[in-house]
Amino acid sequence: MENFKIEVDGDGIALVTFDVPGRTMNTLTASVIREIGEVVEAIKTNDAIKGAVLTSGKTTGFCAGADLGELGGSEGGIGGGDLKAAFDAGFALNKAFRALETGGKPIAAAINGLAMGGGLEMTLACHYRVVADNPKIQLSLPEAKVGLLPGGGGTQRLTRLMGVMAAAPFLLEGKSMKPAEALGFKVVHEVVPADQLIEAAKTWVKTKGDPVAPWDKKDFKLPGGGPYTAGGSQVFVMGNAMLRKQTYGNYPAQLNIMKAVYEGLQVPFDAAIRIETRYFLKTLMSPQAKGMIRTLFLSLQELGKGSGRPAGVPHYDVKKVAVLGAGMMGAGIAYVQAMAGIETVLIDQTQEAADKGKGYAEALVNKAVSRGKMTKEKGEGILALIHPTADYANVKGSDLVVEAVFENRDVKASVTKLAEAQLADTAIFGSNTSTLPITGLAKASVRPASFIGIHFFSPVDKMGLVELIMGEETSQEALAKSIDYVLKIKKTPIVVNDSRGFYTSRCFGTFVQEGMELLSDGYAPAIIDNVGRATGMPRGPLEMHDDVALDLSYKIAQQTKKDLGDKYEERPFTTIIEKMVEGEGRYGRKNGKGFYDYPESGPKVLWKGLADLAPVKIAEVDKAGIEEIRTRLLYRQAVEAARCFEEGVITDPREADVGAILGWGFAPWTGGPVSLIDGVGVAKFVEACDALAQKYGARFAPPQLLRDMAAKGETFYSRFGVKTKAAA
Amino acid sequence: MADAYIFDAVRTPRGKGKKDGSLHEITALSLATQVLENLRDRNGLDTSKVDDVVLGCVSPVGEQGADVARTAVLTADYAESVAGVQINRFCASGLEAVNMAAAKVMSGEANLAIGGGVESMSRVPMGSDGGAWPTDPSSAFKTYFTPQGVSADLIATLYGFSRDDVDAYAVESQKRAAASWADGRFKKSVISVKDQLGLTILDHDETVRGNTTMQTLASLNASFAGMGEMAFDAVAQQRYPQVEKVNHVHHAGNSSGIVDGAAGVLIGTKEMGEALGLKARGRIKGMASIGSEPSIMLTGPSLVTEKLLGRLGMAVGDIDLYELNEAFAAVVLRMMQALNIPHDKMNVNGGAIAMGHPLGATGAMLVSTMLDELERSDKETALITLCVGAGMGTATVIERV
Repeated sequence: MENFKIEVDGDGIALVTFDVPGRTMNTLTASVIREIGEVVEAIKTNDAIKGAVLTSGKTTGFCAGADLGELGGSEGGIGGGDLKAAFDAGFALNKAFRALETGGKPIAAAINGLAMGGGLEMTLACHYRVVADNPKIQLSLPEAKVGLLPGGGGTQRLTRLMGVMAAAPFLLEGKSMKPAEALGFKVVHEVVPADQLIEAAKTWVKTKGDPVAPWDKKDFKLPGGGPYTAGGSQVFVMGNAMLRKQTYGNYPAQLNIMKAVYEGLQVPFDAAIRIETRYFLKTLMSPQAKGMIRTLFLSLQELGKGSGRPAGVPHYDVKKVAVLGAGMMGAGIAYVQAMAGIETVLIDQTQEAADKGKGYAEALVNKAVSRGKMTKEKGEGILALIHPTADYANVKGSDLVVEAVFENRDVKASVTKLAEAQLADTAIFGSNTSTLPITGLAKASVRPASFIGIHFFSPVDKMGLVELIMGEETSQEALAKSIDYVLKIKKTPIVVNDSRGFYTSRCFGTFVQEGMELLSDGYAPAIIDNVGRATGMPRGPLEMHDDVALDLSYKIAQQTKKDLGDKYEERPFTTIIEKMVEGEGRYGRKNGKGFYDYPESGPKVLWKGLADLAPVKIAEVDKAGIEEIRTRLLYRQAVEAARCFEEGVITDPREADVGAILGWGFAPWTGGPVSLIDGVGVAKFVEACDALAQKYGARFAPPQLLRDMAAKGETFYSRFGVKTKAAA
Repeated sequence: MADAYIFDAVRTPRGKGKKDGSLHEITALSLATQVLENLRDRNGLDTSKVDDVVLGCVSPVGEQGADVARTAVLTADYAESVAGVQINRFCASGLEAVNMAAAKVMSGEANLAIGGGVESMSRVPMGSDGGAWPTDPSSAFKTYFTPQGVSADLIATLYGFSRDDVDAYAVESQKRAAASWADGRFKKSVISVKDQLGLTILDHDETVRGNTTMQTLASLNASFAGMGEMAFDAVAQQRYPQVEKVNHVHHAGNSSGIVDGAAGVLIGTKEMGEALGLKARGRIKGMASIGSEPSIMLTGPSLVTEKLLGRLGMAVGDIDLYELNEAFAAVVLRMMQALNIPHDKMNVNGGAIAMGHPLGATGAMLVSTMLDELERSDKETALITLCVGAGMGTATVIERV
């Protein structure tokens, strides 16, 4: 065995140490699963062994679960059609854990650090669990977060330990629990100081060691009761409804977890785990799981390691950054920089304005300190890194500048000049703009090769994405340095080329615009936003429009009209916006008047006057009608993403998918717009878009790129994809 | 095909379906037994001529389980040769049982049959039988399962019935029921329920409140707002996205009451009637069931009515009296709106809002109500229908002979 080491002590207790060679963290590889069987056999057949303690040889934790990279790889085999073989392969983990549980000798798990997914499931298959007393230890089944379900008995053992209601958030949302919570839920039996872990586990084996799991005993009672008991049925009836409320039926993983729990709890344990494995495989085979694993796990991890960074440029350690403009964006950027230990000069026109910008960081830090999440000293240290000032002389010595002033070319040009006068040749100048083309802004720079777009999202401290925009003259060196900066502030970078709206704003805009198209088509506004939310987008298009601000949308339309001249396509809905902004003074949520009214108390309600500007012609929709709206809202964004590929605005499908979900909340169940197209099939997507274009106009017309890909049978990931490495 | 004639119809009074209700101390089996005994005794029936007894029951577990129909046949001392079957079409079970008994007669399977139903909601509470539909994620998810109270509120929201509309309907139902009782309109069908000693324990519907007003109803809180807000409103909106907000208008005062009761209808061929000297009081002209959208659930009555009238070649106006079970006020308001039925033809003697809805028995009770009312008011045809769980409707047209 290469992954397990067995040492038997004088009392006849085997210490089984789990230690996968060549990895910093234990994961459940195929060889680990195979060797669990050998461990069981060794314990069973050696009469000198009374029982065993299972622990990890890694200081990093107990076990992080299955290797999602390997799982993603096995997907092809399952799709190949041999379901029986797929079941046998998928059941191997459950089989191994069940053997551990039914081997006839007591086994205690000594959990010395984090136990996630299959790692936690392995401990649940032991008869006793002792955890080191360290609140940083996370015990969780995070599978649902990436579109999977726990396939190592987790859906069955956790519910049998905790009851269905208590287990639900841990199974369906992948919530993690700390040792003390786990003790309260009776998921673990003891929490002891780390140095007494093995001893405590051995003591149990020696003194009480019971080799039969609770659910294998005749008198077992499910906490809270099963689906057809007085208490239990309500949990399922409400649970099913809550699940639909939260997932809109978009996520097969959550539904399949619910089904595995419902069906599994009604049968003996050996049948229950067979049911779980079937639902595990059904989930794994879904395009949603494939897209979510790839984007939300693998790609996110790769981009987070700087996979898009040009090679050959030495690591650029950003120690000091000047932030120009202490408004909402600048203040947020200053905060995340200080949190990452970067000395920050926060500049505004007056000292007062600059101080106010620092106030944002002060408020967040003070909150963390008052809640005990940060020490007072640490908080003071962080705030001391932010130097508010009105004096550009303080820019001197900065490794990078982030310009975050108003979206106005002249203002941006003037602060660019002021800052550049202080900068060393090696420093980078980044402009935080969401709409203005970088090449144009770079004209104000005397060093355009070091000028780059660094597009943050609001609120900066919560949004994980940064969109880096290459101007015509931006150098690869500037890009590499900017990526180093983004990684240092713990954000995920994507790289795009210059274009109106770049990638994220441009595609996001189509969602809001399609909502307006639906409105001018005569759909009742409630239908638009209810179906909009049901697509998996964070909000419906109309309420999203209110949040963005209608007057902003109006101004951008006016500007675009001016810029594009004859090429500008007037849409029927522009007059609705015009009338709302000019005639009614409805600017959106910011003045409490938009598509919705925002009463002082209570939730927002649709503005009654909207029917006068956009008369309702379609007051109800059936299932097919709902599907049509869904398709319009999602495909409109996806086809725009495809155009961005054709135009070379974005080049890496991983960045397109991660950027969409992190940047504008594109429906996560799809794995991103590119995964959506690949999942549907490019040819089918082209066909659907042609039909939509026929019906609704050229905005749905698929670009030539998609037709070429369809003809060649390509997908985005096959044509543009980097061969993804399995994550460690 | 033979015609199915109605010779008699009886029902128990409806007792408040709680522990302090008069019928709580009487078993469900006894209620069904007393109905069968009454049908036999008041018609001098040679029970060996009865081929089958079909009883509706919605929670067929505990004392209502194990085929309560056959059990009641035996306890009522019917001939051993009389078969019995318990059926479940949720709230329309009693009417479905009548329809099945009629179908047996029409097809030649039976010459004489009884269709009826029993439900002691105080003794076997609603939902006691579990069921996959709302519980199993496979069905709950697919059907956008919504509890019927929220469905009724959804109907009110979609079809524009305000709290005042539904409350006004409920006040009128109570008034009609009270007036009908005062006028003795139910006495032909209603039997007295006897206790273990044979003494009368209940001889009238226990929940009628003729003094109900808009003011007394106004004090009641909407019953389904809480569970709606928790999750079910959102589920309904996913299926009906035109709804910005579900308007919760139903409460205990404008929904059907929970009660105990049983009923039976004696149905047979003309020949059998003549042979036994039974006078035909009516004829079953036609019957139908239909499935409808399950999450709004309660819109089946107008759909099944259209289906049945279409098959019979009749128009809405050809029916003299309509009887739609008052599961919720909005259900009745919606059917009147959909088919343009005037209120003076609909539930003329009140309904379940006043008198209660013993789930498995109600449909058969409504047959007795209509039979009596056709005779009393000297009218010809009546249509009886009920909304049904999981999105269904069942209807029957009867006519006098």
